[in-house]
Amino acid sequence: MRQFLKDGEHLVRMALLFGLGLLFFVALRAFFVPKGFGELGHFRAAAIADNAARPLMYAGREPCEVCHADVAESRQGSRHAAIACEACHGALAQHADDPARLKPTRPDARKLCVQCHRSEAAKPEKFPQVIPDQHAGTEPCTACHHPHHPEIK
Amino acid sequence: METTRREFLRNTGTLLLLTSSAALAWEAVAAGTPELVPNYRLDQHWWGMAIDIEKCIGCGNCVRACKTENNVPLEPLYFRTWVERYRVLAADLEHPEVDSPNGGFDGFPPHPASPGSKNFFVPKLCNHCAHSPCVQVCPVGATFESPDGVVLVDKTYCLGCRYCVQACPYGCRFIDPRTETVDKCSLCYHRITKGLATACCETCPTGARKLADLKEPKDPIHEFLRTHKVQVLKPQMATGSKMYYNGLDGSVR
Amino acid sequence: MHIPGVEGFMYPNEVELQWSILIVLYPFITGLVAGAFILASLERVFNVEAVRPTYRLALLTALAFLLVAPLPLQLHLGRPERSLEMFLTPHTTSAMAMFGFVYLWYLTAVLVLEIWLDYRRDIVLLARRSRGLMQHVYRAMALWSDNISDRALALDDKIGRFITIVGIPSAFLLHGYVGFIFGSVKANPWWSTPLMPVVFLFSAIVSGVALVMLVYMLTCRVRNAPIDMRCLDTIARYLLYAFIIDFGLEMLDLIHRIYEAGESFKSLDFMVHTRLYLPHIVIQILCGTLVPILLLAVVQLGRLEAPVRKRLYAIAGALTLIGIFAMRWNVVIGGQLFSKSFLGYTTYKLEFATREGLLPAIILMILPFGILWVLIRLLPPWEYRESA
Repeated sequence: MRQFLKDGEHLVRMALLFGLGLLFFVALRAFFVPKGFGELGHFRAAAIADNAARPLMYAGREPCEVCHADVAESRQGSRHAAIACEACHGALAQHADDPARLKPTRPDARKLCVQCHRSEAAKPEKFPQVIPDQHAGTEPCTACHHPHHPEIK
Repeated sequence: METTRREFLRNTGTLLLLTSSAALAWEAVAAGTPELVPNYRLDQHWWGMAIDIEKCIGCGNCVRACKTENNVPLEPLYFRTWVERYRVLAADLEHPEVDSPNGGFDGFPPHPASPGSKNFFVPKLCNHCAHSPCVQVCPVGATFESPDGVVLVDKTYCLGCRYCVQACPYGCRFIDPRTETVDKCSLCYHRITKGLATACCETCPTGARKLADLKEPKDPIHEFLRTHKVQVLKPQMATGSKMYYNGLDGSVR
Repeated sequence: MHIPGVEGFMYPNEVELQWSILIVLYPFITGLVAGAFILASLERVFNVEAVRPTYRLALLTALAFLLVAPLPLQLHLGRPERSLEMFLTPHTTSAMAMFGFVYLWYLTAVLVLEIWLDYRRDIVLLARRSRGLMQHVYRAMALWSDNISDRALALDDKIGRFITIVGIPSAFLLHGYVGFIFGSVKANPWWSTPLMPVVFLFSAIVSGVALVMLVYMLTCRVRNAPIDMRCLDTIARYLLYAFIIDFGLEMLDLIHRIYEAGESFKSLDFMVHTRLYLPHIVIQILCGTLVPILLLAVVQLGRLEAPVRKRLYAIAGALTLIGIFAMRWNVVIGGQLFSKSFLGYTTYKLEFATREGLLPAIILMILPFGILWVLIRLLPPWEYRESA
């Protein structure tokens, strides 16, 4: 043993160097691994909450119906009843929060309606679709169809 | 003279190490710890989606809504969700004509009619795989599957190595050029944990996309799965995808 | 809407390539390291005494390149300041994360240790002989030990041999892992094959051996020292053997793909015949594999004069390096040129003076030679076994 230490003392020094490196690594780990890492799996547990903490841009239908109950009623039973308000009117969570802050603009009927209803081979056959020029010429869609209850009475 | 030079080297080395470690530490501090929504229990949900090809009209509402809701870069080509249009000559499943102009963001310019073909739209998004290959390859744990079945990204931890982008068979991941970290559909986690629908499902006018909670016994997904012939994309990859497609044609890639 | 550079249909997020020339460089560099080390271990473990003149040179070459290997990765990362995370919270299912440890292990416990043990006597002698700053440098390298008794050196030799033995599977692991990083990605049929680690490994051996051969020839020329032809011929012979195995493996992969003609075959076949024709068929297979094999075989079969052999070796070596680089290019870049829908292709736009452009790649390839130069000055690989 003593002979080994005499002949191999340089090896002992190298081993010590490795040992130091290992300790340094352990120290680094203790200091830098984020809190909560590994609690729920191999990730930072707080990242779940981070993902849940984004601001909302779309409010959903219920806040709209609070103030616009009349519109909600007029839409009942219409063929557009299942469509969310914001599908046509855009993201309005900010408006629902504070109506004065964001005033929605009325969508351009001709552009909006054709997005869904322009005839296209890939659309399901049963879906109501037309070739706009042949169907209405230069008339806006709203001349005959009210967007909230589009059925021609 | 030599002693000061050695000291200089030692100090520089320490300084370099400290500044790089400090940068790492600051990230952890700046992230903060926002609380999860109260009353939401992670173990009570298992999220998926039902997508009905027979109802999709390619209007692009979902693509636009997603970009708005999730602050996705508007310039091409970064998509958390997109819509593809297929034209398949009836007998030739192996050579569909597929296009996705700007992901369907501005809808689709009409195709000229083509006799003898079938045409349909296929909305695509992250499949939130139960055995996700992207989670498997992430070297640091910056992407993970939450206990409620959503594959999420930890933007404060991602290195931007892009291994997960390579490993995803569906092409649903991208690097956000503004943060140089990975981004992808999060199933609007910030919405579904509050009882809201995802932005894409919310704005879909035909109900082609419907959020599904597989752990909720009253969820319509159970009836949907029971009464429709459903498929997932690339089933041979065995990813455990939870996006169930009704009417998925064999030609869909 | 036509996207420039795109043919057919690609998933929208796929159009821009994710991994650039820097990620081509990385397996190329680690391959050179593994190959150089295998050549060195030929002498140490398998007692191929003929290649002794290149033993230390091969180790220094391996070290110079291994030190540069992480740099292309750092440059490529979106957030390089977070790269420490791979060591702090490595995801054990990720080949990339585990590779970080394989790299660390190989660098410290294998390469540096082996070099240290082999050179230790000379380091101590140099420490005794030099003055000023250099004396401090050498003393530090010797860990301030002055112990070069015969028994100490015998101990060094024994342990050094053990480390080399451990080092061989470590070198295999070093580059096999890189192959696994690609080979385990089931989403990409160009990459996904169990053969990938093996193909990478043997092409690494080929490239590393060729590199050491060229460096040896170059350093002899620069020093005006005679080239040990027995050494050079032996290296060239082993290069040929490794090449034959490497080519055999690549052909096996190719034939298997053509025969099975799976889902992705048509799309990949088209890609190889069009966008990848020059880098794959012409540069990698023709100029980078078949021609060097031919040249090396000609030398083996014929009875050529030393100057002719040297010239052939130089040409074969250079072509080999270009060919193996092309192989890495074809794997990394080629694997991203086609769509996972198998319906389209994109283009790789290699820029020049950007973070992941051609210029940094060139600098990163020159850098190891600079480091090697410093290492050679610091630890001359030629004047060994001189007396105290």
